[in-house]
Amino acid sequence: MKLTINGAARELTDGSTLAQLLDAELASTRGVAAAVDGEVVPRAGWADFALTDGQDVELLTAVQGG
Amino acid sequence: MADDPFVVADVELSSRLIMGTGGAPSMQVVDEVVAASGTAMCTVAMRRVSPGTTGSILDVLGRRGVRLLPNTAGCRTAQEAVRTAQLAREALETDWIKLEVVADEHTLLPDGVELLDAAETLVAQGFTVLPYTNDDPVLARRLQQAGCAAVMPLGSPIGTGLGICNPHNIELIVAEARVPVILDAGVGTASDAALAMELGCDGVLLATSVTRAQQPATMAAAMAAAVNAGRLAHRAGRIPKRHHAQASSPTEGMAVL
Repeated sequence: MKLTINGAARELTDGSTLAQLLDAELASTRGVAAAVDGEVVPRAGWADFALTDGQDVELLTAVQGG
Repeated sequence: MADDPFVVADVELSSRLIMGTGGAPSMQVVDEVVAASGTAMCTVAMRRVSPGTTGSILDVLGRRGVRLLPNTAGCRTAQEAVRTAQLAREALETDWIKLEVVADEHTLLPDGVELLDAAETLVAQGFTVLPYTNDDPVLARRLQQAGCAAVMPLGSPIGTGLGICNPHNIELIVAEARVPVILDAGVGTASDAALAMELGCDGVLLATSVTRAQQPATMAAAMAAAVNAGRLAHRAGRIPKRHHAQASSPTEGMAVL
């Protein structure tokens, strides 16, 4: 299935969960939040959140600013 | 100061100087300015993760034990700002948010309509909202009525270093505020921070004037001293301004020479 991860097109195995994506993508998920199609997915729900074709995933963290 | 606590949303902060971390050339400089400023709370922005990035701002601030104040910098609509705040709460486990909704990239001035809309939504969702706002006493009043935990008027546009362009408006905001007033944006040098405190602000939030100074840590120390000096002067009560001189030495007892 094809998704958009932080603005970039990506191919993922069908049935991948948000937790699997984050594990593959990042060394640590400390200080990270995820939104799918503009809706925040709480950390506790990552493991059960099945991604589907065409979704837009945003992964954010804190950087210098303000 | 023990007899003059700075309290925001029932949390006492040990410094009236809140530091932004934007603009610093390295994490090392962030660390130095946080230490030199004595700040108890620092802002961070929320951006897309970059895989492979080492050395998080969260590590630096965590080691210094400062409170995090995530912001919604870059957001142009209430919806964007609300979603960014929700992500920040999830990522950083704080419901405090520096709410920024700017109108355009040229002025970075707050969009009052979107700002108030976002503030109302976030307050209803249980956030502790600290809005970056215009130096507009009426908008500040509306934000306070919406349940914001502080109001943070600009002295002048972000990053300009123009100081406090409308001190009269800042005084008006202070005069009717029942929540802390924190001057946010426009500070160029220490006297601007001192003036903010002399006008009655409860705190100052600044970044660029320190992080882009030639010697950031030295400027951070200057800002800390200025905020303290301004606060003391405000509490001490300045003399009224006069049009004519008033001798401070006795006028009686002058010799005839």
